[in-house]
Amino acid sequence: MNKVYTADIPKTNRIQKLIDDLYSGTPTIESTRAEIITESYQATEGLPIYLRKSAAFRALMEKLPVVIRDHELIVGCNSVVRRGCQTFPEFSNQWLEEEFDTVATRSADPFYISEETAAKLKEVHKYWKGRTTSELATSYMAPETLAAIEHNIFTVGNYFYNGIGHVSADYDKVLRIGFKGIYEQAKAERAKCNIYDADYTTRYPFLTSVMESCEAAIVFAKRYAQEARKMADNCADMTRRKELLTIAENCEKVPANGAKSFHEACQSFWFVQLLIQTESSGHSISPGRFDQYMYPYYKKDMESGVLTREQAQELVDCVWVKLNSLNKVRDALSAEGFAGYSMFQNLVVGGQDIHGMDATNDLSYMCIAASMHVNLPQPSLSMRVWNGTPHDLMVKAAELTKTGIGLPAYYNDEIIIPALISRGLSLEDARDYCVIGCVEPQKGGKTDGWHDAAFFNMLRPLELVFSNGMDQGVQVGPKTGTLEDFDTCDKLFDAYKKQMEYAISLMVNADNAVDTAHMQRCPLPFLSAMVTDCIGKGKSAQEGGAVYNFTGPQGFGIANVADGLYAIKELVYKTKTVTLKEYADAIRNNFGMPYCDGYAEKLTVEVMKEIAAKGFTITEEQIAEVYQQVKENNIDAPKKKKYQALYEKIKALPKFGNDLDEVDRLGREVAYTYTRPVEQYQNPRGGVYHAGLYPVSANVPLGMQTGATPDGRLAGTPIADGVSPVAGSDVNGPTAAANSVAKLDHCIASNGTLFNMKFHPSALKGSSGIEAFISLIRAFFDQKGMHMQFNVVSRETLRDAQLHPENYKNLVVRVAGYSALFTTLSKSLQDDIINRTEQGGF
Amino acid sequence: MSDYLNVSGRIFDIQKFSVHDGPGIRTIVFLKGCALRCKWCCNPESQKPEIQTMLQGGKEKTVGRDVTVGEVLELVKQDMPYYRRSGGGMTLSGGEMLCQSEFAYALLRAAKESAIHTAVETTGFAPYEKIEKMLPFIDVVLMDIKHRDSKKHQAFTTQPNERILENAVKIAEQAKKLIIRVPVIPTFNDTEAEIAAIAEFAASLKNVTEIHLLPYHSFGRDKYEGLGREYLMGDLLSPADEQMQKFKTVAEKFGLQCKIGG
Repeated sequence: MNKVYTADIPKTNRIQKLIDDLYSGTPTIESTRAEIITESYQATEGLPIYLRKSAAFRALMEKLPVVIRDHELIVGCNSVVRRGCQTFPEFSNQWLEEEFDTVATRSADPFYISEETAAKLKEVHKYWKGRTTSELATSYMAPETLAAIEHNIFTVGNYFYNGIGHVSADYDKVLRIGFKGIYEQAKAERAKCNIYDADYTTRYPFLTSVMESCEAAIVFAKRYAQEARKMADNCADMTRRKELLTIAENCEKVPANGAKSFHEACQSFWFVQLLIQTESSGHSISPGRFDQYMYPYYKKDMESGVLTREQAQELVDCVWVKLNSLNKVRDALSAEGFAGYSMFQNLVVGGQDIHGMDATNDLSYMCIAASMHVNLPQPSLSMRVWNGTPHDLMVKAAELTKTGIGLPAYYNDEIIIPALISRGLSLEDARDYCVIGCVEPQKGGKTDGWHDAAFFNMLRPLELVFSNGMDQGVQVGPKTGTLEDFDTCDKLFDAYKKQMEYAISLMVNADNAVDTAHMQRCPLPFLSAMVTDCIGKGKSAQEGGAVYNFTGPQGFGIANVADGLYAIKELVYKTKTVTLKEYADAIRNNFGMPYCDGYAEKLTVEVMKEIAAKGFTITEEQIAEVYQQVKENNIDAPKKKKYQALYEKIKALPKFGNDLDEVDRLGREVAYTYTRPVEQYQNPRGGVYHAGLYPVSANVPLGMQTGATPDGRLAGTPIADGVSPVAGSDVNGPTAAANSVAKLDHCIASNGTLFNMKFHPSALKGSSGIEAFISLIRAFFDQKGMHMQFNVVSRETLRDAQLHPENYKNLVVRVAGYSALFTTLSKSLQDDIINRTEQGGF
Repeated sequence: MSDYLNVSGRIFDIQKFSVHDGPGIRTIVFLKGCALRCKWCCNPESQKPEIQTMLQGGKEKTVGRDVTVGEVLELVKQDMPYYRRSGGGMTLSGGEMLCQSEFAYALLRAAKESAIHTAVETTGFAPYEKIEKMLPFIDVVLMDIKHRDSKKHQAFTTQPNERILENAVKIAEQAKKLIIRVPVIPTFNDTEAEIAAIAEFAASLKNVTEIHLLPYHSFGRDKYEGLGREYLMGDLLSPADEQMQKFKTVAEKFGLQCKIGG
C-alpha cells in the first residue's frame, strides 16, 4: 500500500491574487460566440447537421479571443471580462431579447449587458428565428402538455432553453491519448464505413465531425501557446517569464497529445472542461472522479522528483479558481431555480474503485484542501462514503463542512451502487460512479444521463385533487371526483395518485419532445468524442451514442404532501373535526392568514386584469388598495376565525421529520407516487426514465406558483426541499430528522435525493463535535440514506449578511445540490435558507 | 420475565443527539424529582416530583409525564444506528434519577438487554444500596462533587456532602467507570484552592482518571420566572475561558485527565 499524505499545505499568495482578480469583474454578457457561430451557420446551410456543428466549433476555436490573465498557471478563458459569459442562440434567444432591459437589475443572478452587445445579439438572433431547439421542442409537444406547463404543474425549462450538459466526459481518455488519439480512433472507425451501409449517411459525417472537433480543440490550445510565448518575450519579470514559457510548452503538447506531467494533465483537463462549455450551454459539466484520473500523473511526477506536494497543491488550487471563472446567463425563472451563478461542476473524491477497494489517495485530500483554500462555490465538491472510507478523510471533509461553505456533499456508495445496478449498469461501472450537477449519480464518460430533466411540483397535482382536475377554469388534470366522492381517505389518496400519473405522463411527453429537438438540431460532436461509445456506435451522445442513456426528472414536495394527507386523515376521517369541504374552503382562503408579498402581488394582478377586462381604467391608488385588501386576506371575520382555528390544529399535528412512523410511512408512499410511475417510461435515446427527489433551488420560485396546501403551508411560500422535512417542522433533532428521511426508499430514486441539514457552528466545535458529526453521517448511511449536505452558519450571521451584504461578499452557503455566494441569492431564497431548521444540541 | 418493561416513572424530557453527557451520540432521559436544590440549577422544573405547569414563551407548558420503561426504551432504541457508530447510548439524568430508583433500575436493565451503552448523571445522594443495585447495568457514572466543605455545600444545595463523598468512594470501588464532574459556580467553588481540593479527592478515588469541569451558565434563568420563582444567582457571569483553563491546569496536577464541558 502507498502511504497517503493527509497533511495540509498552506495556500500560496498566487491563489489569493487569482481570486481577487476574478472577483473584480462584474458578470457581463458578451456577444463574440453568438456572432461567430451565426456567421458559421450562415455559411454552412445545406450541409449535414454534424458538419455544421463541427464547422461552427472550429470557427469558435479559431476566432474566440485568447485571454491569459496575470498570475495564471493554467490558462483558457471563454470571456474577455472576468466572470463574463457567452450566449448560445442556437438553443433559444427570445427570452434574452425580452429580458435585455431587466437582466442587469433582476434579483437572481443579474448580468450587465452593454447597448452595443444587445444590438449585436439582436442582429444575430434574426437568423435563428424558427431554427432553435426550443422552437422545435415546442412544436413536438402535445396541447395538453403545453397546458400543464402553462399551469405550472412542471417545468422542463432547463433543457428547453439551453444545452443539456449534465455529463462527465471521459477526461481520462484525453489525458491518456490526447485529441490526436481520439482523432485517430474516429478516423479508424470512419474507415470501416461502407457507402452502402444503412447508417452511412449519418455515421460518416458524424465521425468526420468528431475528427474536425478534435482538430479544432488542438488549434485553440496552440493559439494559447503562441500568445504565452509572445507575452514571455515581452515580460521583464524573469519568474513570470519562465511560467509563461511553461504555459506555452504545455499548450503546445496538450490536449493534442497525452499528458506527460501533472501540470500538463491539469492544463489538459481545463481545456476539456472549458471547451465542453463553449460548444454547448449545458451546465453541470462535472469533472467527476478527478482524484482518480489525475492520480497517475501526480504519482509519476512525485516519484521522479520533478514535483513537490506544494506545487501540486497550487496547481489543483489554480484549477479550482478556473472552475469559478465560467458563467452562464439563464432566463429569469431558471435563474431563480438555479440561483447563485452556479455552474454545478460536480467533482467527487473518495469512494471505491472498480474492484470494490477504497480509492482514497493524496489527491482526495488535496481536493478538499483546495476547496478550503479558494473558499468558493465551485467545484461542487462531493465525497463518496462507504464502510471502508478512512476516518481521516471523513475528518478532513468535516473540517471543510465546518467552514460553512456547504461543501462537500456526502454520498453513500452502499445505496448508490445497488441503485445504479438496478438500472442496468455493470458492477464495475456502478462502483466507478461520479456525481453530476446537484446530486445525480452516473458512470462518468459512458453516460448521457439527462439528469435534471424537469422540476415536478408534487403539490400541484394535490391542488388538482381538490378541484377535480381544474385549474383557473381549464381542465388540466383528469376528473378524479368531487369532494363528496371522497368518503374515505384511501379514495382521496387514489385520486392524488391518478393526478400524479397523468401529470407525469405529460412531463414525459415534454421531455421527449425536448430530447428529440436536441437530437435533431444540436448533436454535439466535440462532447461526443469523449463519451463512450459514441465513436463505436457512430452516433452523437444526443442520439443515444452513450453506453447508458437515462432521463432523470426530479420531483419535490414529499414532506408537504405527506404532512397534508396525514392532517386530512386525522382531522377529516379519523376525528371528524372538520369536513373535507370545510378543509378545502380553508385551503382556498389561505387558512384565513395574510398572504406573503409575492403571492399578494400575483393575486392583485389577477384582480386588476379582471377589472381591466371589463373596460374600467385603473388608478395607482386602486392598485394599492386592492393589494392591501388582498394581502390582509379580508374575508368574513367568523370564517377567518374558523380557518385560523383549523390552521392551528394542523400545525399541532405530528409532522414528517420527527421519526414518527405514522407520518413517515405516509411519506414513503407519497414518494412512490412519483418514483414508481416515472420508471415505466422510455426516452428517444433508447434509455429509461428514473426519478430524482431534489429541487435544486426551485422549491422557492415554484412555491410562489402554488396556493395554500393541506399541510398548513401558506400560499406562495417555499416547498420542502428535496427529501428534507418541511422547514422548521423537524423539532426532535438531527437524528430524528435523518431517521424519517431514511425511511423513504432512496434506491428507487436512482437519479439522486437531496437531504439538507443546517447546523449552528457550535455544533461542530471541538473534536467531539466533529466525531459526532461524522457518526451522524455514517449512521444515516447505515440506514441506506443516499445523500446529505450541511449549512454550518448561524442564523444571526445570515441575517446580518442580508442587511450588510458588503461585509459578506465571500459567504458561501449550501443552497440545494450546490453552494453559492449568499449575497448573490434573491431575498426569498435567502429567507428560505435562514428558515431551514437549525440543528444544535451537540 | 419482562415485568420491568411495565415499571412506570415520571420524566420531563427526552433529548436525542446529545454529545455532552457520556461518550458518543446519546439520548438523555430526564427523570423528575431531586433531593437537592442547587441555587444554580438550570433545570428548576426538574426538582419537584409533581407534574407542574411552567410558562414558556408566554404559553403554559406541562412539565412531567408518566411513562413506562417500555415506552422510553422504544424512543431510545430509535437512535441505535447512531449509538453504534459513535459509541453512544442512553444517559439517565434529571432531576436525580436516584429519586425514582426502581424506575431507573428497570430502565438501565432494559437498555443493557438491548445492548445499549448506559450512563447516569447523578448527585450520588441516596442510600448506597439503591446505587449498588444499579451499578452492574451502568457503563459510566457521571457523578457531581460540588464542594469539599459540607456547610458550604449545604448552604448552596440544601444538603450536606458527607453521604455523597462516602458514596463516591464506594461507587469508585464497584463501578465500571466513574467520572467526576464539577459545576464551576462563581461565589461557590470558583477558586483554585477549592478546585484543587475536589481534584485531590477525585484522584484519591479508585480507578478514577477523569474529571470534567462544567462552567456555570444562566440559560435556566427564564425557567425560574416561568415557574414563578426567584433566580438566586442574580447577574453572575459564566467563568471566563482563561479562568477555566487555569482550573484545568490545577486539576491536571493531580494526574487527572481534565475536560472543560462534558
